[in-house]
Amino acid sequence: MVDNFVIPLLQIVIVLNATLVGVTYMVLLERKVIAWAQSRLGPMRVGPYGILQPIADVIKLMIKEDITPARADRWVFTAAPIIAVVPAFIVYAVIPFGETAHLFGRTITLYITDINVGLLYIVSVASVGVYGIILAGYSSNSKYPLLASLRASAQLISYEVAVTLTLVSVILMAGSLSMVSIVHAQRDAGFWFAFVQPIAFGIFLVGGLAETNRAPFDLPEAEQELTGGFHTEYSGMRFALFFLAEYANMIVVSSVATTLFLGGWLRPFPNVAALAFLDVIPDWTWFLAKSFVFLYVFIWVRATLPRYRYDQLMRLGWKFLIPLAIVNLVVTGFVKVLAG
Amino acid sequence: MFDTDELVLNMGPQHPSTHGVLRVVLRLDGEKVVDADVVIGYLHRGIEKLSENRSWTQIILLTDRMDYVAAATSNVGYCETVEKLMQLEVPRRARYVRTILCELQRIASHCLWVGTHAMDIGAMTVFLYAFRERELILDLFEDFCGARLTYNSMRIGGLPLDIPPGWDKKVLEFCRIMDSKLDEYEALLTHNRIWLERTRGIGVIDGEDAAGLGLCGPALRGSGIARDVRKDEPYAAYDELEFDIPLGAAGDTYDRYLVRMEEFRQSLRIIRQATEGIPEGPIVGKVPRLIKPAAGETYHAIESPKGELGFFIVSDGKSTNPYRFRVRPPSFCNLQGLRRLVRGHLVADVVALIGSLDIVLGEVDR
Amino acid sequence: MGDAIAFYTLAAFILGFAILVISTRDTVHSILFLVLDFLFVAALYVLLGAEFVAVIQVLVYAGGIVVLYLFVVMLVNLKRPPEVYQDPNRRTRMGYALAGAVLVELAAIATWGYVTPPPPAAAPSAMPVTGNTEQVGWLLYTSYLIPFEVASMLLLVAMIGAIVLAKREL
Repeated sequence: MVDNFVIPLLQIVIVLNATLVGVTYMVLLERKVIAWAQSRLGPMRVGPYGILQPIADVIKLMIKEDITPARADRWVFTAAPIIAVVPAFIVYAVIPFGETAHLFGRTITLYITDINVGLLYIVSVASVGVYGIILAGYSSNSKYPLLASLRASAQLISYEVAVTLTLVSVILMAGSLSMVSIVHAQRDAGFWFAFVQPIAFGIFLVGGLAETNRAPFDLPEAEQELTGGFHTEYSGMRFALFFLAEYANMIVVSSVATTLFLGGWLRPFPNVAALAFLDVIPDWTWFLAKSFVFLYVFIWVRATLPRYRYDQLMRLGWKFLIPLAIVNLVVTGFVKVLAG
Repeated sequence: MFDTDELVLNMGPQHPSTHGVLRVVLRLDGEKVVDADVVIGYLHRGIEKLSENRSWTQIILLTDRMDYVAAATSNVGYCETVEKLMQLEVPRRARYVRTILCELQRIASHCLWVGTHAMDIGAMTVFLYAFRERELILDLFEDFCGARLTYNSMRIGGLPLDIPPGWDKKVLEFCRIMDSKLDEYEALLTHNRIWLERTRGIGVIDGEDAAGLGLCGPALRGSGIARDVRKDEPYAAYDELEFDIPLGAAGDTYDRYLVRMEEFRQSLRIIRQATEGIPEGPIVGKVPRLIKPAAGETYHAIESPKGELGFFIVSDGKSTNPYRFRVRPPSFCNLQGLRRLVRGHLVADVVALIGSLDIVLGEVDR
Repeated sequence: MGDAIAFYTLAAFILGFAILVISTRDTVHSILFLVLDFLFVAALYVLLGAEFVAVIQVLVYAGGIVVLYLFVVMLVNLKRPPEVYQDPNRRTRMGYALAGAVLVELAAIATWGYVTPPPPAAAPSAMPVTGNTEQVGWLLYTSYLIPFEVASMLLLVAMIGAIVLAKREL
């Protein structure tokens, strides 16, 4: 009873709360990092060094008036932000933060579950998240948000193809679809997959930027764009949900990149006995540190690079990344077969 | 196969990237711009008519507010036109200080240009870096005349104040800082693959067409035409200083960007030469107490950061106000090229092109 | 016991949403109910122990194909009311007629069935792999290789056809 029900429930509660807090503080992290890159300080007033700024933001968004456009489709208008947010959170069910922990005499796994099609589950849930964007633009009952949302979702489904192809290369290396098995495969092989699949790693990162609508692929939501973007008509908590979804997706992409390419919770050189003294550091800290590096890179890229025009973006995805991913997959397959 | 209507899209007058109150009515076929109708006049304040009721010295205040990004340049242009009409002799020291101030304005204006242009294309960090350097220039101006934006820093016949002691050291220090910062901007933009894709081949106009449309300044030099008032009809101290005029080849946005980036460096070169070689002497020439030019008319042009800034004044010899004061603003003439440049491009390129022409609405509308 | 409850609940939802698909007036709502239907069918697959098929169902059907349906519906403005037919009941009557035909067909198959009874299902040949994904892959590449290749040819032809139709200049 306890093992089958209470412990998973606790795991879910902890992961959800940690993600919510993480996403809220991602907003602060982004503002601070971009500010420092731009020779300024970022939020400094609310709390020491602006630490309480996200709380102020959340309170502001929650008490804002909830406006629904008069002729919008009410059900779809309400459902769209929810459809955008839910997939971003349920992906955490399969992401492994660590191996096991021993608490109160029980061995608790540091992942909520490990289904044997874990990686495919992540991809399929991410593809459902596209609906949130499409429906947001549609339900606003206005020409420009509709066109902007269709463009944003076309961008998402295009880059999904490239990303999924790189994931297949990783599956070939690991021989399994389960997230935990992929990390174990990296441990048994003795190296992180980023070193043997650099092209897949690169494509995954670029595709991850495009999937989350981040710079330099953020034309659909840039302020300089004429069409206001798919979330023009949203205000208050619904708007907050869209941004929650974007940051949660960013954390998901970082976590997946960590698990697949950087060895998940493994410490550097997991098989080298000489470094065994590093084992005192719990494995989930390695996971968090690696994910944090990716998040920082995402923010760094946003501060530095200009943005692609929409047609250049699509051309990059279809004419460059997808063929490259396919070639990478074929070569990986050949090498795997020849090396036996 | 399918028949599609043209979409009419209105950009502005309030818009984050039109650099002021500019309205562009675009006719789109899908995402391609078929035609663009530029509507101006939202910032018209009647400067030319107002000048007919102001004394010659009071008009200097009005010229500040035209190109508010590079105000000292407009001051210099106007004062030189009146000096040309009155055949006044400006002392050498004043001419050198005017040159230094004009070139500092060129750098300040180009800083603003590079910051806003990059921000429109998405590189938002360059905006803050460029404005950090612009602040240094505004500090220099504040030291000199007390104001940061609208200087009123010239008088007919010279300058109202001499430069404060130590100012030239600060200017040289600024030049040293600016050199390294320029390398920073170039590192972020010039060879960046995304920047190249967004600016190369966008808004191509060849030299003849550019000259035919009346473009001037970097917009014209980007297409390969070597026309710069500082070289063709030198004014202030430019005939005594050495500098080069950068030229582009392809006439696209990237070339205009490269021209202006090189102009940064040439301006620093001019400032260094002028600051190190400031002659001693009076700061204002022999000017009558009441400025009342004889009847006549004249046109004089200078090279403002945006292009050829010309003033045409008519004096009737009897009153202390001009009879007619007409400005030939470079931004107005460059803006005429926008309609031709955007044809065939996508909507996202329109903001890049407006930025590439470097317009200031204060000048366009007056 | 738990299985049965789960199955009947899912089945009720699936049927309910399917009815909503065809009965709702708004096309976009109809598509959204279809998506929900697919998601519940995926849950049904999980109940059967075919988790690979379930995930692929969500990924391809709900996350790919229906998204494209939605694109088309949104880009084609369907807010205009349908033209007035001469006989407004024609569609309803045709619907009933077709439903009746299908029902008769189903009854005929149920009663008379096969002429000869189907051979007993062959015992699944010993596959060297376990696990749902691996078994699907094994069968697809050994016993069902030719249908697999034919299907991919079909997809290729469809893709080329779509590109040819949609491009303005080649």
